[in-house]
Amino acid sequence: MTGPFLRLQRIGKRFGTTTVVKDVDLEFGKGEFVTLLGPSGCGKTTILRMIAGFERPTAGTIEVEGVDITHVRPNQRQIGMVFQAYALFPNMSVAQNIGFGLKVAGVGREETRTRTSEMLQLIGLSGYEKRFPFELSGGQQQRVALARALAPRPRMLLLDEPLSALDAKIRVSLREEIRNIQRELGITTVFVTHDQEEALSISDRIVVLNGGRIEQVGVPFEVYNRPASRFVATFVGTLNTLYGEVADAAQKKVVIDGQTVTIPSLMAAAKTGDAVALTIRPEAIVIGGDREVILEGTVEEVGFLGAVIRVRVRLGDNTVSLDTFNDQRTPPPARGSRVRLGIAPSDVLMLGE
Amino acid sequence: MKRSRLWAWTVFGLGAAYFLVPLIATFEFSLRMRRGEYSFDAYASVFADPRFQQTFGYSVAVGLATIVVGVLIVVPAAYFVRLRLPQLRPIIEFVTLLPLVIPPIVLVFGYIRLYNSSSFLPLTGSATGTDILLTFGYVALSLPFMYRAVDTGLRTIDVRTLTEAATALGANQFTILTRVIFPNILIAVLSGAFLTFAIVIGEFVIASLLNRPAFGPYIQNIGANRAYEPAALAIIAFIITWGAMGMIQLLARFAPKTKPLTE
Repeated sequence: MTGPFLRLQRIGKRFGTTTVVKDVDLEFGKGEFVTLLGPSGCGKTTILRMIAGFERPTAGTIEVEGVDITHVRPNQRQIGMVFQAYALFPNMSVAQNIGFGLKVAGVGREETRTRTSEMLQLIGLSGYEKRFPFELSGGQQQRVALARALAPRPRMLLLDEPLSALDAKIRVSLREEIRNIQRELGITTVFVTHDQEEALSISDRIVVLNGGRIEQVGVPFEVYNRPASRFVATFVGTLNTLYGEVADAAQKKVVIDGQTVTIPSLMAAAKTGDAVALTIRPEAIVIGGDREVILEGTVEEVGFLGAVIRVRVRLGDNTVSLDTFNDQRTPPPARGSRVRLGIAPSDVLMLGE
Repeated sequence: MKRSRLWAWTVFGLGAAYFLVPLIATFEFSLRMRRGEYSFDAYASVFADPRFQQTFGYSVAVGLATIVVGVLIVVPAAYFVRLRLPQLRPIIEFVTLLPLVIPPIVLVFGYIRLYNSSSFLPLTGSATGTDILLTFGYVALSLPFMYRAVDTGLRTIDVRTLTEAATALGANQFTILTRVIFPNILIAVLSGAFLTFAIVIGEFVIASLLNRPAFGPYIQNIGANRAYEPAALAIIAFIITWGAMGMIQLLARFAPKTKPLTE
C-alpha cells in the first residue's frame, strides 16, 4: 500500500463562533500508535471524534486508505473506540458486550463465541464471560471495553483518554497492556490524553496540540528533547528558565546572576545588552561535574525521592530545579550550601516564542 | 427527645387516620350486606356480575394497549430529546404536563368534535374506532407519568456515550434503541406502565363520554343503583391500584446496577 493509512487534510471544526480545531493536517501510517497530546480544550478529543464520525468537520477531509470518509456515517466506518467512561452496556454480560459488534454485523453464533473467548484471552479475563459490568473493577471494565472495540476487527482503534478514570497503578499497567495488544495486532491506533508522561511512554509519535492547532509532531524522544516551541517545552516535561543578559553577542557570552558563561548555541540574532531566557531540562544539569558551562548557586531545597534526588538551587532571581540519581557514596547537598552546576551547552534549549 | 418523638408519632397518626378511617369504614360497610353479621356477600355479588367481568376485562385490554402505544411514543421521543435536542427538554416537559392542566372533559369534547362520524377521520363512527380514540386519550392522560418515568430512567444511564459506543460497533439507531437503551430503562418504563394502568382502570370521564363499556363507568353505574356493592368495588379498585404501586416498588429492587466496583 502506498500513501498514509489515515490522512486528515486541513480539518477544521467550529461550534457556533468558537473555533475548536483549525487547519489540522495529519498523516498516520498503518500500524502506528499516535498520541494526540494537549491541555483540555486543545481540540484533541474533537479531532478523535471527527475521525470516529461523531462530529462532522466544518472544513477539510478525512481519508482512510485513500478513500474519503468525511461523510460516511459513524456506524459504517469500522473504527473501534474506547471511551473514558468505559461505556459498557450495563444490561449485557461481558461476553454479550464483546459479541455486540459481531452480532450487529450478522456474524454466526459459533464464530462469535470463538472470537469472544479469543478476545477475553487477549485481555487476560478468560472465565469472565458471564459477569456483568457492575461486577467488574474499573480496570477490568476498560479491558472489556477494549476487547469489545477490537472484536469486530476494526480498521483502526481510537482511545479517548481511556486511562483517566483509573487509579495511578492500574493506569500504568493497563497502558503497557494496551500497547502490547496494539503491537500484537498491528492495529493503527490514535490515543488521546492530557498526560504527557503517558504520551511519552506509549507512543510511536506524538502530536502536541494547543488551541486547536498542531504545535509539533514527532517521536517522543524528539518532542521531549527538541521541543519546537515554548508551549511544547513547558507542556511536555518540566523546564528551568534562566533569565540573563547578553554580555558580548559576538563571543556568545551571557551574564546570569553576575556570572559570565559562554553559550555557543546562542541565537545569532541576539545583540549585546539583550535580555535572554535559557531553558534547560532538570536532568540536563549536574552538580559539580566537568561541563563547559558552570554556574554557582545556593541550595534551597532538597527532595529525596528514592532513586532520584530533586534539588532546587537559587541563582539570584532564578531558581533551578534539577534531578540527580541517588548515589550511595555521596550524600545529597545540604540546604544553604553553595554548589557548582554543570551544563552542557548543547542541552540548552533556545526557544522561539 | 422523648417529647419530640411523641409529637412525630401524633402527627403521623393523624395523617394516617385521615387516609385510613374512610378506607376502613368503607371496608367495614362493604361487609355488612348480610343483616346482623359480617360477610363477603357484596364481593361475591360483584364478582358474579357478568358486567363486572366484561368491563374489567375491557379496561385491562385498553390499559395494556395504552401502555404499548405510550411506550412506543414516549421512549424514542425522550431518547432523542436527550441525545439530539436537549434544548427542547423544558418545552417537552411542559407539553407532557398539559394533560394535568387540561381537564379530561375538555380533551374528550375536543376529540368528539374532531373525530365525529361526519368528520375527516370518523373514529367515533365505529366501536373499534372509538376504542382507538379512547386508547389515544389515555395515552395523553398518562403522558406526564410515562414521560417522567422514562426520563428518570434515561438519567441513570450515560445515553450519549452508550449510543456512541454502540454506533462505533456498527449498530443503527433502531438496534441501539431496542437492544441498548430500552433494556437499560426497562424498570423505569415498567413503573410508568403500572402508573398508566392504575389511571386507566379507574378512569371515568373519557370512557363514559365516548360511551365505552369500561370499568370506571361501571363503578359509577353500580354506585348509583346499589347499596353495598359500590363499597366492595371501591375496595377492589383500591387493591388493584395499590397492587400496581406495589409492583413499582418491587421492580425498583431489580433496577440494573450501573456503578462499578472500586479497585
